Amino acid sequence: MTRSLPWGPMARLVGRRAAFAVPVLLAVTFGVFAVAEASPFDPVKAYAGTAGLTASQENLDQLRANLGVDKPLVSRWWDWLTAALHGDLGDSSTLRQPVADAIGERIGWSVLLATTAFVLAILVGSALGVLAARRPGGWLDRCVTSLAYTLEAAPPFWLGLLAVWLFALHLGVLPAGGLTDTSSVAVTAGQVSRHLVLPAAVLAVSQLPWFVLYVRQGVGDALGDDPVRGARARGLAERTVLLKHAFRSGMLPVLTLVGSRVPELITGALLVETVFSWPGIAAATVQAATSVDFPLLAALTALATVAVLLGNLLADLLYGLADPRVGFDG
Amino acid sequence: MRARSIRTTGAVAATAALVVAASACSSPDGNKGGSATSAVVGIAYEPETLSPLLGYGKDGNSKIFDGLLTHDADMKLKPALAAKLPKVGDGGTTYTYELRKGVKFSDGKPFTAKDVVFTYETILDKKTNNASKTELDAVKSVEAKGDDTVVFHLKYPYAPFAERTVLPIAPEHVAGEQDVNSGAFTTKPIGTGPYELVKWSKGEKLVFKANPDYWGGAPKIKNFTMAIVKDDDLRATRLRTGDLDGAILPPNLAGTFKSDADKKTYAAKTFDYRVVTLPTGNKVAGDTAVRRALDVGVDRKTMVDSILEGAGKEAYGPVPTDSPWFTKGTERKFDVTRAKQILDDAGWKPGKGGVREKDGVQAKFPLWYLSGDKLRQDHALAYASDAKKLGIKVEVQSGTWEVIEPRMPKDAVLAGGGSPADPDFDQYTLLKSSLAGDGFNNMAHYDNPKVDKALEEARRSGDHAKRQAAYDTVQRELVKNPGYTFLTHIDHLYVVDKSYGDLTTQVEPHDHGLASGPWWNVEDWQPKK
Repeated sequence: MTRSLPWGPMARLVGRRAAFAVPVLLAVTFGVFAVAEASPFDPVKAYAGTAGLTASQENLDQLRANLGVDKPLVSRWWDWLTAALHGDLGDSSTLRQPVADAIGERIGWSVLLATTAFVLAILVGSALGVLAARRPGGWLDRCVTSLAYTLEAAPPFWLGLLAVWLFALHLGVLPAGGLTDTSSVAVTAGQVSRHLVLPAAVLAVSQLPWFVLYVRQGVGDALGDDPVRGARARGLAERTVLLKHAFRSGMLPVLTLVGSRVPELITGALLVETVFSWPGIAAATVQAATSVDFPLLAALTALATVAVLLGNLLADLLYGLADPRVGFDG
Repeated sequence: MRARSIRTTGAVAATAALVVAASACSSPDGNKGGSATSAVVGIAYEPETLSPLLGYGKDGNSKIFDGLLTHDADMKLKPALAAKLPKVGDGGTTYTYELRKGVKFSDGKPFTAKDVVFTYETILDKKTNNASKTELDAVKSVEAKGDDTVVFHLKYPYAPFAERTVLPIAPEHVAGEQDVNSGAFTTKPIGTGPYELVKWSKGEKLVFKANPDYWGGAPKIKNFTMAIVKDDDLRATRLRTGDLDGAILPPNLAGTFKSDADKKTYAAKTFDYRVVTLPTGNKVAGDTAVRRALDVGVDRKTMVDSILEGAGKEAYGPVPTDSPWFTKGTERKFDVTRAKQILDDAGWKPGKGGVREKDGVQAKFPLWYLSGDKLRQDHALAYASDAKKLGIKVEVQSGTWEVIEPRMPKDAVLAGGGSPADPDFDQYTLLKSSLAGDGFNNMAHYDNPKVDKALEEARRSGDHAKRQAAYDTVQRELVKNPGYTFLTHIDHLYVVDKSYGDLTTQVEPHDHGLASGPWWNVEDWQPKK
């Protein structure tokens, strides 16, 4: 029964993916520069904000030169890339601080929110999916499935407002926003975890339907397969059949889903952070995009790309582990 | 083993989730609003920077910093870091400030004339990315005489210059050591002001604590927090749950607190106008008869009552009707019959589909508003519907500034602005013909030699009566040839917990960030009763 993990093939897969990530990152960052360049937004106007509405043209032209946005696209991208490779991510014009600082002070909270929500979505989603698959067409299945479809259609922003209305205003049991109590300065684990509940739950709920539906389908199919019928024929307990046999093979498609949901999770997190005044990277991302803040935008896009690639890698590794027939060739 | 490792991971995650959930249940929201000497307010806006060198707090009330001068509740100038109001010399081209002695920055280092010179010279430096530096256009040089005197030399006599010196002063020994555009000072400021920044959690809140050694006396409100809540409904909800002590709210949400015995609503008077630009380059909007007809033919009262729910006033020019600078008698009476008569007399005859025509030109023009701005949208639609009754077709369209800007010479725009400190600040840039099309200045390309002359006189003359007469001329000329249709001046509404007693508000500008609201002088508030 004991068998060590196939470290060699796994390492090779990771290596191949890492090598593959280089051209992807180059293409993505260049694409971001190009799209931002083509967008109708003007970095100088965005930088100046309302002050720009009374600034003289000379002032605005000087800003354009200072921000370096008057240079051609390719040279701007190349300058950014070479500096980034030397560890200098540049300065964010919108946030008036180095990009590394801007990301550093925000990313942790975003990761905490997204991870909690994701784990919650996977756990609850799998549980509901298994319960629904057990009696296809039963009342539980019908409730869970229709709820999942409804939630799939509900925008996270709206869910957030609804949750605040119910839990913060109506029941008064949970805080409506922020990382800690608004009047407190210290960041304590107790406060953060209490403030995390609503945003994480809303984000988890918005991701939940996919897991529920995938698991229900997977486990439902597995229940009709030969091994399960065999297990039942041997008179094993229903519980053992469901969890040990059907669930394990039914989970396989879910592993793929884990990888492909990461981009959706990032988008969802952006909306949820805005609703709950969560001091994560969301506001900065939106600002970077609409302000055409090239250095910040490129760094954030690279980061999101890495997150997606890692998500896919993780999914493939898990898939290979769970189903040795697939292997680590991808 | 694989299966077990997956299961273990799952168990760890489940436990973590449970811990989170349990801690959520164990301590329901206990500490609401904080203690009597603290205040928490909700604002919709977050500054990009806290560095005065990049434009933070340029209109005063920056909490962390002081200017040479400051405004009192009636917007009168009074000394702050200066010991008294400046001496004006050389025909209005030199301003001499004597500085307050013994003032220290919150890091304990003394404040001197060098800091003042550093602040102004850095802002005016070409390498500094400060978008408001145009406001200091008049400054030729700044000179320190000893430690306690600063002299500003101006390029031309500029009467309202003292109003600009409410600009906060940054410490040279801190800010001078860093990159002005991205140094740590932009997020971790040090000043002489009544409060020190404890923490700026971006996107969440700004936390201040009282500066115990403040030269003006330590504030009684020891802890002051500004929570950044961009969504209006959510801000109202957090105010209702007691999480916030006060908040800025739009009229419809402020109205929901009317029956709340613990809350008081403050309506701050403002110079914040909404206006339709009527560009000279447009054959219809640039026609004087059309401009005058629209000026008397739009129903401003209904806009105030329905769009602003009464929280505002009819606007007839950049100066609000209750300001001492307002020229009595320039109010326009809403009169559709007269508006139609003006158009008839000028040869704009009714044509196809109720739209008037003259010399083959249809009386129609596009009107742009900033997409997503509900208030401007409502104003634009109301304007178009009033214009339609006169036989003028106004086609309302929305776009971002990037879309609107190139169209400004020909198309009308629903714009906003207003600066209470001095009439020069918005009128010169709004109406001066030489600034037509310069950035967002004089968006309508308004060109009236009489107005140009009066604006120039008003900014150069140090004599109040002469300035008043010049601004009267401007306002009367705007009746004869209204290149803009001013619609409303908007009140800004704030709802605050009653336990802080009676608070005041200043007259507020269009651009009202964290300096405005009843907390403009939070350093003078009394603890909660």
